[in-house]
Amino acid sequence: MREDHIAPATRRRFLIDTAALAGAAGLGLSLAIRPASATPASMRAAIRRVVGEASVKKGRLKIDLPPLIENGNAVPLTVAAESPMTADNYVKAIHVFTEKNPQPNVISVQLGPRAGRATFATRIRLADSQKVIAIAEMNDGSFWSDEIEVIVTLAACLEGV
Amino acid sequence: MARALINVPPKAKRGELIEIKTLISHNMETGFRPDNTGKPVPRDIITEFVCKYNGEEIFRAELFPAIAANPFLTIFTIATESGTLNFEWTGDNGFSASESVNITVE
Amino acid sequence: MRPVAVAAVATAFVVANAVAAEIPSADRKSGYDFMGRETRAMQDDDTANPGMLWVLDGEALWKRKDGAAGKSCADCHGDAQNSMKGVAARYPAFSPPRGRPIDLEQRINMCRVDQQQSTPLAFESKDLLALSAYVGRQSRGMPIDIADDERTKPFLQAGHDMFNQRQGQLNLSCAQCHDDNWGQKLAGAPIPQGQPTGYPLYRLEWQALGSLQRRLRNCLVGMRAQSYAFGAPEYVDLELFLMWRARGMPVETPAVRP
Repeated sequence: MREDHIAPATRRRFLIDTAALAGAAGLGLSLAIRPASATPASMRAAIRRVVGEASVKKGRLKIDLPPLIENGNAVPLTVAAESPMTADNYVKAIHVFTEKNPQPNVISVQLGPRAGRATFATRIRLADSQKVIAIAEMNDGSFWSDEIEVIVTLAACLEGV
Repeated sequence: MARALINVPPKAKRGELIEIKTLISHNMETGFRPDNTGKPVPRDIITEFVCKYNGEEIFRAELFPAIAANPFLTIFTIATESGTLNFEWTGDNGFSASESVNITVE
Repeated sequence: MRPVAVAAVATAFVVANAVAAEIPSADRKSGYDFMGRETRAMQDDDTANPGMLWVLDGEALWKRKDGAAGKSCADCHGDAQNSMKGVAARYPAFSPPRGRPIDLEQRINMCRVDQQQSTPLAFESKDLLALSAYVGRQSRGMPIDIADDERTKPFLQAGHDMFNQRQGQLNLSCAQCHDDNWGQKLAGAPIPQGQPTGYPLYRLEWQALGSLQRRLRNCLVGMRAQSYAFGAPEYVDLELFLMWRARGMPVETPAVRP
């Protein structure tokens, strides 16, 4: 037998309010209201802005992201590029992009021989299961890339608070 | 000032590669999140992080809304000489924070 | 239905008319065990754990003089690393002046009002979370040890009853998920046992540190059930029961959870 300590009228009110709240509440993974996402096209445009007309080769760079992500709000990301990081052979910059976040850019890092290692780690937000791409720019003007596909699961019980 | 947590080995050997971890408290409001009326809350993020070693820039990052709240960054450098590592964060709405840590290199 | 006997306690709190089976002691797992490797790494590394930002704030607040009495926590309690060791592991605890159990946040506010002659900190405020995270950190690794005696028994029973009663639009009890179906998947995420070993904790979903009461409110809203105001006795009774249910498990504060 149901034990319900809320009167029917107030219960319906609570349901409506809760549904509205869950809809409007803007935690990163809210389902009801989703801002326009980046598209593969806008990601490509963001990459072009960095790379220009140069060709981008796959390799020399590795993205490390968990393939199955329990919460897209704080996902550990490591990007590592192979390079001796000497004065005449080093990674100048590393750029990270996403395909389906509201905005394609994630982080742009400027390095140099003083960095010692062309590696950095951070935590990023991922709005959906999608592709993440990293591009490294070498001091000789060449561009290298790596990409990874990840799955983002949502919190089981929508909270709204 | 925002709370920051920096982790640098206090001592290192000359030429050794050292790992630097930084964590700073900041909401990193993306500008895409709707408030409870449905209007997006305006963007308010840290946009830049710079690390200097005895005054020389060794690392710079441009941060976007996709960086998680309470930004965490791990970077590397070669321990060249004793001195000071300086960290600066700047962002929207005039946000500015800095921390310095000393390092002894033998 | 009788529970598995609890080793240390003389007057065992009897789980009478339990709808769900209590998890046997050997099977109890913290939320840590249900998380992915990367989230665990975030918790284990104090230099990467975002909850530590609040602990550092708490350390500063501990030394700050406040109130008409012009005292800091440190003035009475000295070094928290000594005086607060084991405290969070015992909370919620019975408060004789209140005649009922109170949680750590309420205890901090009692000190602020009675000893510092200052105002209580708002529930879920940055300062209160920082102080409870700092105090909680001093119990890290220690086994949770909730008093189970004549005074706490009625409140343990109330918390237990709430845990086991069906409520809300979904007509679910906490026990149906967290006693009966822990480890199984719900919408792609594993259902944990609901052992509050690491509060206050940094929840990735909140992108901030929050208290057990905040989490309980989220659970109730998620179940489409009536939630209560912060500090409500219903919450403290439930917190008391949940911490008792987690007895013997080590404190993880400040934990990280998805």
